[in-house]
Amino acid sequence: MRVIVVSIGLVLALVLTLLMFGLPVGESLGRLWEGAFGSEAALSRTLVKATPLLLTGLGMVIAWRAGMYNIGGEGQFIIGGLVGAALFKIAPSLAPGLLNVGILCATALGGALYALLAAWLQVSRGVQVVISTILLNFVAIQALDWAVSGPLRRADGRLPMTDVLPNPAMLQRFDRQTDLHSGVFVALLAALALFVFLYWTRAGFRIRVVGTNPRAARTVRVDAGRSQLLAMAISGGFCGLAAGIEYTGLTGQLDTGFSQQWGFLAIPVALLGGLNPIGTIGSSLYFGALFAGSENLARFTKSGSTMVYVIQAVAVLGFVGLQAWQQRRREASA
Amino acid sequence: MISLAALLVYSTPVALAALGETVNQKAGSLNIGIEGVMLSGAYFGMVAALATGSPGLGLVVGAVFGLAFSILQALFTVALSVDQVVVGTALNLLALGATGTLFRARFGESGALLSVPTLSKFGGVDAVVILTLALVPAVALLLFRTRWGLAVRAAGEYPEAVEASGYSVDRLRLAALLVGGAMAGLAGAYLAVGIAGSFATNMTAGRGFIAIAMVTFGRWNPFWTFGACLLVGALDSLQYVFQAKGIGIAFQALIALPYIVALLVLLGVGRGSAAPAALGRPFRRSA
Repeated sequence: MRVIVVSIGLVLALVLTLLMFGLPVGESLGRLWEGAFGSEAALSRTLVKATPLLLTGLGMVIAWRAGMYNIGGEGQFIIGGLVGAALFKIAPSLAPGLLNVGILCATALGGALYALLAAWLQVSRGVQVVISTILLNFVAIQALDWAVSGPLRRADGRLPMTDVLPNPAMLQRFDRQTDLHSGVFVALLAALALFVFLYWTRAGFRIRVVGTNPRAARTVRVDAGRSQLLAMAISGGFCGLAAGIEYTGLTGQLDTGFSQQWGFLAIPVALLGGLNPIGTIGSSLYFGALFAGSENLARFTKSGSTMVYVIQAVAVLGFVGLQAWQQRRREASA
Repeated sequence: MISLAALLVYSTPVALAALGETVNQKAGSLNIGIEGVMLSGAYFGMVAALATGSPGLGLVVGAVFGLAFSILQALFTVALSVDQVVVGTALNLLALGATGTLFRARFGESGALLSVPTLSKFGGVDAVVILTLALVPAVALLLFRTRWGLAVRAAGEYPEAVEASGYSVDRLRLAALLVGGAMAGLAGAYLAVGIAGSFATNMTAGRGFIAIAMVTFGRWNPFWTFGACLLVGALDSLQYVFQAKGIGIAFQALIALPYIVALLVLLGVGRGSAAPAALGRPFRRSA
């Protein structure tokens, strides 16, 4: 039921946004569809865009479910990517398969540790995650800038970029014509794993309790701090892994523009997925499709991918606004 | 080193926004959406200045849009008690998307050819800089020396007590959001009209978040916060000096320094920090 309501809402947000900018609805929807699903290349673009959205979105799901307002997905993504690139710099002659797996592990670890720092600040020092992650995002951006123009710079030293990964160390591609890579499956597996963890394990249950009712958690002697630390570590791990997949699946190198705001876009994706891993698969596909489709739309109209941000915002505001309004009414009638 | 006047001009957008954010946060609203407020102020301020040929009018329009934006924000966070981080994030995306799309539709892919009439300057500074300098003590007076300021601070520390003494937390937070929104809108318009003389997609580039960080760094005190903004501006401008002189130092470390120091300060003071106790907590009047 809820899924249907949210789906209708998402489509409504899209139509509303098109109307708001005075675009012809029917034609625009056609162009979006064509750009997102119209051909093999279009479909692969959709999946490639949805992949980092899903992984970072999952990161937001686990953190927010624990009551940790992680808005540092951006920083965790960047630090993850840096640790991965550092591994390649240190051990470039590793066997390609090993290098690929090593980079993915390194990126996840980097993101996890960076998120853990923010979590520790809240749990043991009372510094809100919201504030510390804002500060840590800035530090990460500067660290990226420094690393790609300093220690991780290309061997020929020309541009502020890291060396390009050798092809065999990249994630497998299915078709020479498209960008689709096996990272899509990693992201899907991650979503299933998070679902199992959240709903079928004790640790996942504790995280949900801590997030919904910290006081109840205390009375049943759940160590809230430990659950929050764990949730943030997993959250940062997913954001870092997202960077690893982007790095080894798509870009092959890091530059100062490595993160395309995935860390921020992840928040509406997770919220509209109902802060549920399976729901987040759906919402990341929807927005992945919109990002891919809007590139096609941009060729015919004067509106580009920035329009997708508006759709996300309208959908989130509509969703939370309706929820709050319903709750008000329920309370009023009770 | 750049001149003091240039430093003041350069630091004003962030400082102005940070002063507004201080008022918000003191009332208990963690306004993540300030980035979006600045951006919409920048766009609509630029459009107005371009249309009328008057930079002053552009600034006013920017402030008005900031005000309008905060009404939208208050509707969700105050009237409906929706989580502030959720709403702020959504409003940032709304502003980024809407201004980007409108800009592209109206001015094409690049607005580099745009040039907005500039503000008149006196001794290197303009009216907005002077206003900001005056607002630092004014905001401090308002928050710490007036009855209203006391009520606002109480709304951020212990809202239940405010209600008990006859004030409305909702109204106080709404008022604080309006004040902060107008300042942030003006800050954005000043960035576009007063400094850049143009607009670009996402031109605020994180300055709203810097303002939030500076409020933390300045420990919720307008004077310290203003000082922090100047420091950040100075460190940021040093990178060009270093690059020009070919000094081989990692200037990124300099730029990151204020954020690291802010973290260390928070780490040191921990729970005893100056952060308002009810910061970010939606208030629900219990029946």
